[in-house]
Amino acid sequence: MREIVIISGKGGTGKTSITGVFAHLAKNKVICDLDVDAPDLHLLLHPSKERVEEFHSGYQARIDKDSCTQCGVCAPMCRFGAIREDEDGFSVDPLRCEGCKVCVAFCPAEAVRFTQKHCGQWYVSSTRFGPLVHAQLFPGGENSGRLVMVLKQQAQEIAKAKGLDLVLCDGAPGIGCPVISSLSGTHLAVAVTEPTPSGMHDLERVAELCNHFQIGFSVIINKCDLNPDEAARIEAYCLAHSYPVLASLPHDPVFTRAMVKGLVVTELPETELSRELVRTWTRVEEMARRVP
Amino acid sequence: MIVSVASGKGGTGKTTVAASLTTVWDGPLVAVDLDVEEPNLHLFLRPTVEGREAAHLEIPVLDQSRCTYCGTCSDLCQFKAISVMGKLVLIFPEMCHGCGGCLAICPEKALSPGQRELGEISWGRAGGAQFLMGRLRVGEAMSPPFMRLVKAKLDEMLAASPGDAILDAPPGVSCPAVNAVIDSDVIILVTEPTPFGFHDFQLAWEAFAPLGKPMGTVVNRAGLGSKDLYGFCRDKGLPILAEIPFDRAIAEAYARGRVIADVSPQLRETFVSLRGVIRDLAGRSRPGEVAHA
Repeated sequence: MREIVIISGKGGTGKTSITGVFAHLAKNKVICDLDVDAPDLHLLLHPSKERVEEFHSGYQARIDKDSCTQCGVCAPMCRFGAIREDEDGFSVDPLRCEGCKVCVAFCPAEAVRFTQKHCGQWYVSSTRFGPLVHAQLFPGGENSGRLVMVLKQQAQEIAKAKGLDLVLCDGAPGIGCPVISSLSGTHLAVAVTEPTPSGMHDLERVAELCNHFQIGFSVIINKCDLNPDEAARIEAYCLAHSYPVLASLPHDPVFTRAMVKGLVVTELPETELSRELVRTWTRVEEMARRVP
Repeated sequence: MIVSVASGKGGTGKTTVAASLTTVWDGPLVAVDLDVEEPNLHLFLRPTVEGREAAHLEIPVLDQSRCTYCGTCSDLCQFKAISVMGKLVLIFPEMCHGCGGCLAICPEKALSPGQRELGEISWGRAGGAQFLMGRLRVGEAMSPPFMRLVKAKLDEMLAASPGDAILDAPPGVSCPAVNAVIDSDVIILVTEPTPFGFHDFQLAWEAFAPLGKPMGTVVNRAGLGSKDLYGFCRDKGLPILAEIPFDRAIAEAYARGRVIADVSPQLRETFVSLRGVIRDLAGRSRPGEVAHA
């Protein structure tokens, strides 16, 4: 079984639109949306949820007002500045609480309650392109790295159970916790970039991250005609580092038109762009097969 | 006044708006890049860097000679960063959140503070503004503790030279994004009226509304997608503070590293007027009020 993760570093480069196309073109796969923070793939795939699970992660401290003696031991010990004092006494700011349990352990009055947090939901759904594993963290929630691991594991189990040989994942922007989790155990990362100063800068950082974790790395340059000089610089950079450039795609509002219709570009009438996307997917597949 | 420029979806134009606002700001200002995973503001403001320092998280270091393997530390640690198995203590520095609990609770004082590098903080000047950015070390997973250190540096800069701050926040709606905007006086949500943009915008509104801060919307690439966004803003009482049209010329200028407020007099006027409505939104009508306080 192969796992491919589409990432980007910078947001808004077209990662999800292109993942949607690959979800259309790939055979025998499970699709997985690992951008649990701001998932969008479902807007193209219109999943019908077959399984809904709660995601619990981490704990949350809460001061029981009746037991609290107002001694104030907890406040200076909290490294996250989560303990507030006002006219009602001490309380924990849930948005700042890291769930470290230090206030619980050191409260002489045992007045701090510690309960598990319900952070979001995850789903197994069916779509016109096959099974989709996806999730939604509650806005303002945390620990998306752990949820990413849960989704990947589910997707692999479904692939095994159904005899499918590919897990195709839409990743999150950035290089932090959720992205690191999404790369764990992956065969191939495909970075969708754009020829802008931010696109180039962020590409270098995701490339470094993939090297750090020894993940196969390849690149799609989207919106390549916005700045042909920068696109050429990205190609030269990729060549110098032996990162295959799998496609250079034009800036085309058809991606937005497809999105508005809730479709992927290859479902619209055939154009040169859609033919190029088909060729691009063939290259991604070949590349994923070659990675050890 | 601290202005956070945030968004749910990435790539909607946060950095474009933060850079343009910096360029047209009319009082003492620190422009801050808090998108520490992928900081981009410097690519447009091109600051001269005057200082840089590594930022660290405090993690435990074991003095084996004092340890009695009682396991009190590993029982407390919620992040699986310390494990005691028989006479073996394993510390996993990359799992540590730096809460200091193990250091405080060890009955033998066998743990002392060590460091894990989170990233680099650098500062300098960009035109008339001061500039500050954090750049997360590649391979480091935890951006919130690093962002707290960047914000501590901002407090230091504002204490030395009072003024306003514009924060370029990370995308998303979970802990890093909320951490970025939590101390600001006003939140500007930048979005685009596409289905993806609108969907993530609703999530961002849900995440940030409980903070109870004045909030407004900047619509980038206006004309693209649909009108759903406008109805939502009307229902939630979210003012539309500015609209930047969908225009290939703007996209090309951005792709060449230009600050779009400098692209045309009309766009400059858009941001000058945005500056005014942000001040109104924050309930401060006079520029430099903080500076003179």
